[in-house]
Amino acid sequence: MLFLSIALMYACSKNEDEITPDEENVTFAIPSNFPKPAYSFENNKLTNAGFALGKKLFYEARLSADKSVSCGSCHQQFAAFANLDHSVSHGVDNCQGKRNAPPLFNLAWQQAFFWDGGVKNLETSPLNALTDVCEMKTDIETVVKFLKNTAPYPEMFKRAFGSSEINSQTVLKSITQFMGVLVSGNSKYDKVMRKESGISFTSDEQLGYNLFKEKCASCHAEPFFSDFSYRSNGLDLVSTDEGRSHISGVQSDFGKFRVPSLRNIEYTGPYMHDGRFYNLDEVLEHYNSGVKASENLDSSLRNGISLSSSERTQIKAFLKTLTDNEFIKNKLYSES
Amino acid sequence: MKLSQYLLALLCPIILLTSCKKDGDIISADTKSSFTLEFEHQVNGASLALNTSTYKNAKGEDYKINVFKYYVSNIKLSKADGTSYLIPESYFLVDESKSASKLLTINDVPIGDYTKIEYTIGVDYARNFAGAQTGALDPINGMFWTWNSGYIFVKLEGTSPQSTATNNALTFHIGGVLDPNNTIRTFSAEINAANPLRIRTDAKPNMHFIVNAASLFTGTTDVSFTNLNFTMGGANSVLVANNYAKGLFRLDHIHN
Repeated sequence: MLFLSIALMYACSKNEDEITPDEENVTFAIPSNFPKPAYSFENNKLTNAGFALGKKLFYEARLSADKSVSCGSCHQQFAAFANLDHSVSHGVDNCQGKRNAPPLFNLAWQQAFFWDGGVKNLETSPLNALTDVCEMKTDIETVVKFLKNTAPYPEMFKRAFGSSEINSQTVLKSITQFMGVLVSGNSKYDKVMRKESGISFTSDEQLGYNLFKEKCASCHAEPFFSDFSYRSNGLDLVSTDEGRSHISGVQSDFGKFRVPSLRNIEYTGPYMHDGRFYNLDEVLEHYNSGVKASENLDSSLRNGISLSSSERTQIKAFLKTLTDNEFIKNKLYSES
Repeated sequence: MKLSQYLLALLCPIILLTSCKKDGDIISADTKSSFTLEFEHQVNGASLALNTSTYKNAKGEDYKINVFKYYVSNIKLSKADGTSYLIPESYFLVDESKSASKLLTINDVPIGDYTKIEYTIGVDYARNFAGAQTGALDPINGMFWTWNSGYIFVKLEGTSPQSTATNNALTFHIGGVLDPNNTIRTFSAEINAANPLRIRTDAKPNMHFIVNAASLFTGTTDVSFTNLNFTMGGANSVLVANNYAKGLFRLDHIHN
């Protein structure tokens, strides 16, 4: 047993030696003001090699049908991994999708993905974009074949998963390592909540936060600024997009979409499932005066949300405290 | 070196010792054996021939079948005394176009006489949402919906002159596990006690099933291809699942 123990200790220390001094371990860090995540990496051990591979795949345009579009094309880091200035995304062949590319962060806390919540596991979420004819227009078989025949992928898969055999599972698990690590929890708001030294709201921000809790937080619940429910906010009398009912098959879900997070909202415009509003003023004006009596309108919005001009200024001041510049500028997530 | 490494070093041999001990407990090879499940595809008694043969549904409408594949999972065998054995990780994709897929070999089954077999037509609830899978459940098999997570349990594609769809297509992709459109159905068959499934070390019994593709279109509701020629989940998929729950599988005989 002593020999075995020594052998094991040797094995452990050897692993540590392999890490070059300037290479930091990629970690999945849970901010102290966040609850327990839904995705735990328990069956997808996070490693530097797995993360690096996932990141390379995320930015790999050659995966798409005409080699023009990567995940990163429509999920841009400077837009908190949403698609800047695009109401809906452009896929291959300049095809225009029907929905706004959602930002990607704190996905490990989400139980369902996309505006209609059709995808139920983070690991299978890339399949949708890979296969949609208006996005990357490929199939997983083609992707696997390409990766098998393209250096340095076989070597990267070997480093990440111990085998150069590439299959859909390792492709998806590596992309998930990248996506899952995208944690945004260092906004000013977070630092104020965590009572980090010397950081406090300005008076406008504080007044905006008070208003927000009173008028918005029943749907945009802290700390994710979404309760992840599906609701209609009365954009149209009759929605042209069936939304959640496409998934649930239930008429009472017609025209409903997942409540989006408001984190990094400053950079994730345009807004709404179809990207119809280009700035926050339009969004607030919608709630103030534009809510339509749609079939499944959320009961909390029957009378809209009245917001005076000074209230809007204060709410916007608060919303900007949800910007996480450390996340948006973190080189760990950048293409190169 | 960190304390945790010392702990690990101390713990590992203990774990190894326990696992060694456990190995000794595993049922030795002579108490386990294998059997096969064979699926013979038919359409109302005629053998299924893709792309060529013309069949008639209960409404008298002609149709051809180009694709016919389905999942069988969570196979469970029971004995007369009520004890049962769930075959672990039993997920199989049976595809008419791949003859090897129609003969499943099940290994490591405890020997004994089994008088009942049950399985899921499709994939259990949890695996529909369990993340990236391999083998029969690999999305590469074209049986996973990317836009609405979940497996296609039964896929039948073909043509009918009565179909109003483009190219007279028939597209029946049956799946979905959420109420009110849950299409998980199970099959079970009692086995004649006089000729039970005898799992023995010196024999490899074969269970022969007749699989009737026509069962999708009759049983509870007779389907007319004029009205129903396309479904990918939802209420019409439930209608089809209720049909095939009654007649997709029939245990024909066992060769012991």
